[in-house]
Amino acid sequence: MQIIDLEKVGLRRVNEMLQAQSSKLTHQAWSIMNPKGSHAIAVGVDAPLKINIDGSTGYYCGGMNQKARITIHGSAGPGVAENMMSGSVFVEGDASQYAGATGNGGLLVVKGNASSRCGISMKGIDIVVHGNIGHMSAFMAQSGNLVVLGNAGDALGDSLYEANLFVRGSVKSLGSDCIEKAVRSEHIELLQRLLTQSNTDAAPTEFKRYGSARKLYNFNIDNAFKY
Amino acid sequence: MVNRPNFAIPRTVPTQSESFTEAINSEIRRAAATGIYDIRGGGSKRRLPHFDDLLFLGASISRYPLEGYREACGTGVTLGTRYAKKPIELDIPITIAGMSFGALSGRAKEALGRGATSAGTSTTTGDGGMTNEERAHSKQLVYQYLPSRYGMNPDDLRRCDAIEIVVGQGAKPGGGGMLLGQKISDRVAEMRNLPKGIDQRSSCRHPDWTGPDDLEIKILELREITNWEKPIYVKIGGARPYFDTTLAVKSGADVVVIDGMQGGTAATQNVFIEHVGQPTLACICPAVQALQDLGVHRDVQLIVSGGIRIGADVAKSLALGADAVSIGTAAMIAIGDNDPRWEKEYNDLGTTAGAYDDWHEGLDPAGITTQDPDLEKNIDPVLSGRRLSNYLKVMAMEVQTIARACGKNHVLNLEPEDLCALTIEASAMTGVPLSGTDWVVGKGASL
Repeated sequence: MQIIDLEKVGLRRVNEMLQAQSSKLTHQAWSIMNPKGSHAIAVGVDAPLKINIDGSTGYYCGGMNQKARITIHGSAGPGVAENMMSGSVFVEGDASQYAGATGNGGLLVVKGNASSRCGISMKGIDIVVHGNIGHMSAFMAQSGNLVVLGNAGDALGDSLYEANLFVRGSVKSLGSDCIEKAVRSEHIELLQRLLTQSNTDAAPTEFKRYGSARKLYNFNIDNAFKY
Repeated sequence: MVNRPNFAIPRTVPTQSESFTEAINSEIRRAAATGIYDIRGGGSKRRLPHFDDLLFLGASISRYPLEGYREACGTGVTLGTRYAKKPIELDIPITIAGMSFGALSGRAKEALGRGATSAGTSTTTGDGGMTNEERAHSKQLVYQYLPSRYGMNPDDLRRCDAIEIVVGQGAKPGGGGMLLGQKISDRVAEMRNLPKGIDQRSSCRHPDWTGPDDLEIKILELREITNWEKPIYVKIGGARPYFDTTLAVKSGADVVVIDGMQGGTAATQNVFIEHVGQPTLACICPAVQALQDLGVHRDVQLIVSGGIRIGADVAKSLALGADAVSIGTAAMIAIGDNDPRWEKEYNDLGTTAGAYDDWHEGLDPAGITTQDPDLEKNIDPVLSGRRLSNYLKVMAMEVQTIARACGKNHVLNLEPEDLCALTIEASAMTGVPLSGTDWVVGKGASL
């Protein structure tokens, strides 16, 4: 286990060491101490590392991650795991706005709550939130799966494309073109896999599924006031 | 019995309205018939204060010129010197603006890359990501970081030469991209991770930051991902150039790109193109002033775009304080867009060469703004690349010609003192005296 004190070493050196593992993998396990809300920790990592961050992080922790399993033992600031390609990011606490924004792949798990715009413009990432999510979550979400064990705020899935949204609790309101859809057997299987991966024993049958009505995919003047 | 006019009585001649012109009336009829706003490509077509409203003074007794073809006049420019470990070195101060694969055909993108590389300058990706073809044919490639993040990935971030964070665009400051279903081929759909055939409306704001404080952190993240190697540009539309330039610098930009309303787009509402934003000429001086007030003029480079056509436009931009310019529409024309050789085909589309702007429909006979495999064959990327290279080199020589005439041994040594204005509007916008006077319109007024 490589232990780095971010406060002593500095952000640039920390990321440099982690990123260097993509060309030559020498150490798989890393622990980053004293993050103290610093921004852009463990961004651009491209190696199968196990990275533990001992505390809360600022903006964009785990941004554009490829292959690494990152665990934040605290809460995460805005844009955690933004544009993640693969691997996983686990947040033991809460996540601020834009969690998993534009993510292309991998798994983001938030053990607490996630704030507004969780999964905005997601492009293939899987996101599991054990608590609640804020308003405008999954706005313009293109693909991937957002699973919420708690409740969802206003305008869930506004202008949604082909992402699947699963919510166990209540939904305050659905956004434009987002509707409830039938939960089929393949969705139960998918949910079971994601719930297991995110360390929860919630039952897949307790969730409702939401997706795009696909009525706004091509412009129609009669839908003008839904835009 | 029908009453007939009495032509024995003198009458006023029928008078067309200056407000309800035939163009306006036809648009009203079109909107009423279709129920959709007019969408088109390109930039503003209206008459605007422009570079043509400025002139160079040249040399005489008080200034002496350099000998053409004999005395050197440099054209090279370095972009990204503020923080980036690897600034971009260009042979000429003219770059190719961002245009997406999707909006343009793959062959058109290849032609742009070939032409830019041959002329020693950079080209730029667009909304939709980076293709292997454009990377291969572009020696220096700027990778746009857009609100949609279509195709955005860390591998392409690391293999580009600079990153351009697009906050706004001159054709539509405050608006997002638009690519209609006709142009969403299998490959475009796959690159953007969206269903084939749908109308793609890209976001107008970035999904994971708002405001300059967040932008500063976003820039930090991008630098960390790319080992602080890549110059980071921030591109803004011509909205509030003084304040937006100030905030881009404050956020940590290496380069600011300011795009006036003549700057083109692949597709957006005509009402947006013609009625939102400011002319390019009006944007340059406030942006330069912002850099000077912050003490970073020339340390943070300024690229001007929007309606640049000829070497004189480039020279005037540099004289007003820009470090380089960027061209989009002109580059498209150079590789064959709106060429009269396709007049019959344009007529079949209900238009004419020079006026064709329905780029969103994907029916471009020149093979440039299309994803149709058959139409795409109408552009030869090698030949078109050569034409673009020629055009870029001609413009660079034109800038040199003017610079030498003003006694400058480098094009970046051109200065406002070399200029006069032909109109009071141009004088007021640029701070250059009206021709034949020492009157600078609005001198002393705040920007």
